[in-house]
Amino acid sequence: MLSRTAMNHYWLARYVERTDYVARLLDSAARMTALASTGVAAGNEWESLLVAAGCKEAFDAVYDKVTSERVIEFMTLDPNNPSSIASAMDQARANARVERAVLNTDTWAAVNDTWLARDVVENARSGPDGLREIVDWVKSRANAFRGAWEGTMLRRDSYQFIRLGLAIERADNTARLLDVKYHVLMPKHDPIGGGLDHAHWDSILRAATALRAYQHIYREAVKPRQVIDLLALNPEMPRSIRAAYDEIAGGLSALSTFYGGRTGEAQRLAGSTHARLKYATVEEIFDFGLHEFLEDMVARTDRIGAAIQGQYMS
Amino acid sequence: MNGHDGAVRAPYEAVKSWLDRTPNEILDLKTAAAEGLFRRLGVTFAVYDDATAGAERLIPFDIIPRVLDMAEWEQLSAGLDQRVRALNAFLHDVYHEREFIRAGKISEEKILMNPAFLAEMQGLDVARGLYTHICGVDIVRTGASDFYVLEDNCRTPSGVSYMLENRETMIRLFPELFSALDIAPVDNYPIALFETLQEAAPARAGPNPTIVVLTPGRYNSAYYEHAFLADEMGVELVEGPDLVVENGYVFMRTTEGRKRVDVIYRRIDDDYLDPLAFRHDSALGVAGIMAVYRLGNVTLVNAPGAGIADDKSIYPYTPEMVRFFLGEEPILSNVETWDCSDPAQCSHVLANIEDMVVKNVHGSGGYGMLVGPTSTKEECAAFAKIVETYPERYIAQPTLALSTSPTYVDQGVAPRHVDLRPFVLSGETTRIIPGGLTRVALREGSLVVNSSQGGGTKDTWVLRGVKADAS
Repeated sequence: MLSRTAMNHYWLARYVERTDYVARLLDSAARMTALASTGVAAGNEWESLLVAAGCKEAFDAVYDKVTSERVIEFMTLDPNNPSSIASAMDQARANARVERAVLNTDTWAAVNDTWLARDVVENARSGPDGLREIVDWVKSRANAFRGAWEGTMLRRDSYQFIRLGLAIERADNTARLLDVKYHVLMPKHDPIGGGLDHAHWDSILRAATALRAYQHIYREAVKPRQVIDLLALNPEMPRSIRAAYDEIAGGLSALSTFYGGRTGEAQRLAGSTHARLKYATVEEIFDFGLHEFLEDMVARTDRIGAAIQGQYMS
Repeated sequence: MNGHDGAVRAPYEAVKSWLDRTPNEILDLKTAAAEGLFRRLGVTFAVYDDATAGAERLIPFDIIPRVLDMAEWEQLSAGLDQRVRALNAFLHDVYHEREFIRAGKISEEKILMNPAFLAEMQGLDVARGLYTHICGVDIVRTGASDFYVLEDNCRTPSGVSYMLENRETMIRLFPELFSALDIAPVDNYPIALFETLQEAAPARAGPNPTIVVLTPGRYNSAYYEHAFLADEMGVELVEGPDLVVENGYVFMRTTEGRKRVDVIYRRIDDDYLDPLAFRHDSALGVAGIMAVYRLGNVTLVNAPGAGIADDKSIYPYTPEMVRFFLGEEPILSNVETWDCSDPAQCSHVLANIEDMVVKNVHGSGGYGMLVGPTSTKEECAAFAKIVETYPERYIAQPTLALSTSPTYVDQGVAPRHVDLRPFVLSGETTRIIPGGLTRVALREGSLVVNSSQGGGTKDTWVLRGVKADAS
């Protein structure tokens, strides 16, 4: 397969996954804001959203002050923000379009149909339930893409590059999501009344579609230690860093098999991080420092992404 | 469709009876269905100089096929084979001994001063001595067996994807016609092309050479065709940056590292092929690829410099090429052509410009030409001025009584002028898929069929007969 083709598959998947993540972040921030009116202080929800999306600097370059309207505009429609939903959809489609002869019809159609209907984002914005509509639609389109990919693509290298794009983006996103709220997840943190913290934990779980999963697994009130366990280490939770690394390691191993057993830096780095997540405990993470652990995860994921590009795409 | 006596020509009888019993409402439905198919497949064509630059347009498709019978096709096909053999022999000669010039058949300056002549190709021995492996020959017809060659396309002729998609569409829309009639298939073209490319490989590449299609990218007007052919042949569609020259070979960058490339079916013009050899500002090509080509370590298809054989100023000499290189009488005629660089011929053209088609020798795609009979007196006079100023840039031809083919237009079924571009593949043997791309001038009376000038296309049937078991 051409290196360029692999790169297009990989980035197509990353951009689709990013639209999903940004939609979830918006959903969670909007909920926190809504709760603020019922007595729970929202804090700077919109600001943490920008940090979690890695867009704080870009936002500050354009705006002097964070408001919900500006953040929503910046993260949904702004064509100059490469992580806005609209930009990510454009880039996903551009990557797919070049490969339309290689992608199968269903996977191409999932991306193209999203792009053709992208006005939904703009039109819904002004409606009474605008953000809700946008979030639901974006999530369902990302699901449609993953469904087409998973259900119809041959298990060849092209499939694996999409798998890697999805998993790398997801590992990065979940680590950032947790890191933004790491202070409310620290064990020594002294709760002030508890209501605010609960709302924060709740919002993290919602952003990861993990609220129900939490109740199924732990069967008790939300506690920070278990939020970390669920979203960093639990292999059953599809958006946990651990589950994303199961996919990264699995995808890289499948590629190595497909290419006659050749392995490289990407496999080595992924194997080492995967092992760390597999055998770590929440206690160890707290001893190491939660923030340091999450920063380390973002950095490792970044290095693996670079190694994948170096190994297969240059 | 009709012969000179006005009667329906035999091959068209089946089509005629089908049209007679099919109401216009059905033809409308089928036309809309065809458009839907093309749009969904993304069979589009970008038109240059359009107000919305880079816009994708659908080439109008006419659902009434153009029909040739077997005897007509065999005559045509023999003529095409002969003509392309002569063109390849001429190209070899131009870049080697130049016997055609030395025998006084053409002036030296006509060749050497021609922008399509590539000095880099002099003395270079190319695989099998072939230069134009894929040649599209534009044919018009004026009578029962009078086929004329309008022009040769020896560089990167396009349109074959339409030939294939048009047939696919017709089979989907009118399966009953295909079960009743024995129509020669065209869908083996990609295999024939693949075999031709394999045969063009450098000898040391072995029995399974690596073949790629090189495209300028998705903004090119024929990108759809490049992707289509690569996909049909099962080879990689590459762009310049995917290829790299190292140690005298061309490699492509793949997920498994560098992979050596043996044959490049390039759909990039000569000028853009190699920034080291030709245009330095080209980002489309591959630096150093000409040096590898000269070493014989990669085959470029078609060969650089093949354009000297299809240049409009060289066209008048093709019948003589057939006689000179093959020792045969040409089966296909040229359209009578006046060369304006010759003062006597030029004054004839200027005197009769209103009855002539005047073409810029280095233009293509129907740009920079005058069709006298369909132009106003003012347009003719203005064009005559240009010809007078730059006579060496123009040739002129009489307007022919071009054959028409029944076409479904707004007013119903009506005759429209057509031409035909069959594709001739030259390798170990010559392969010509029966049929080709029929282009049709959709405007009444118009003779310009180019898709860039609003022409359309239709399926081309070589009819082998009527199936015995069909009613």
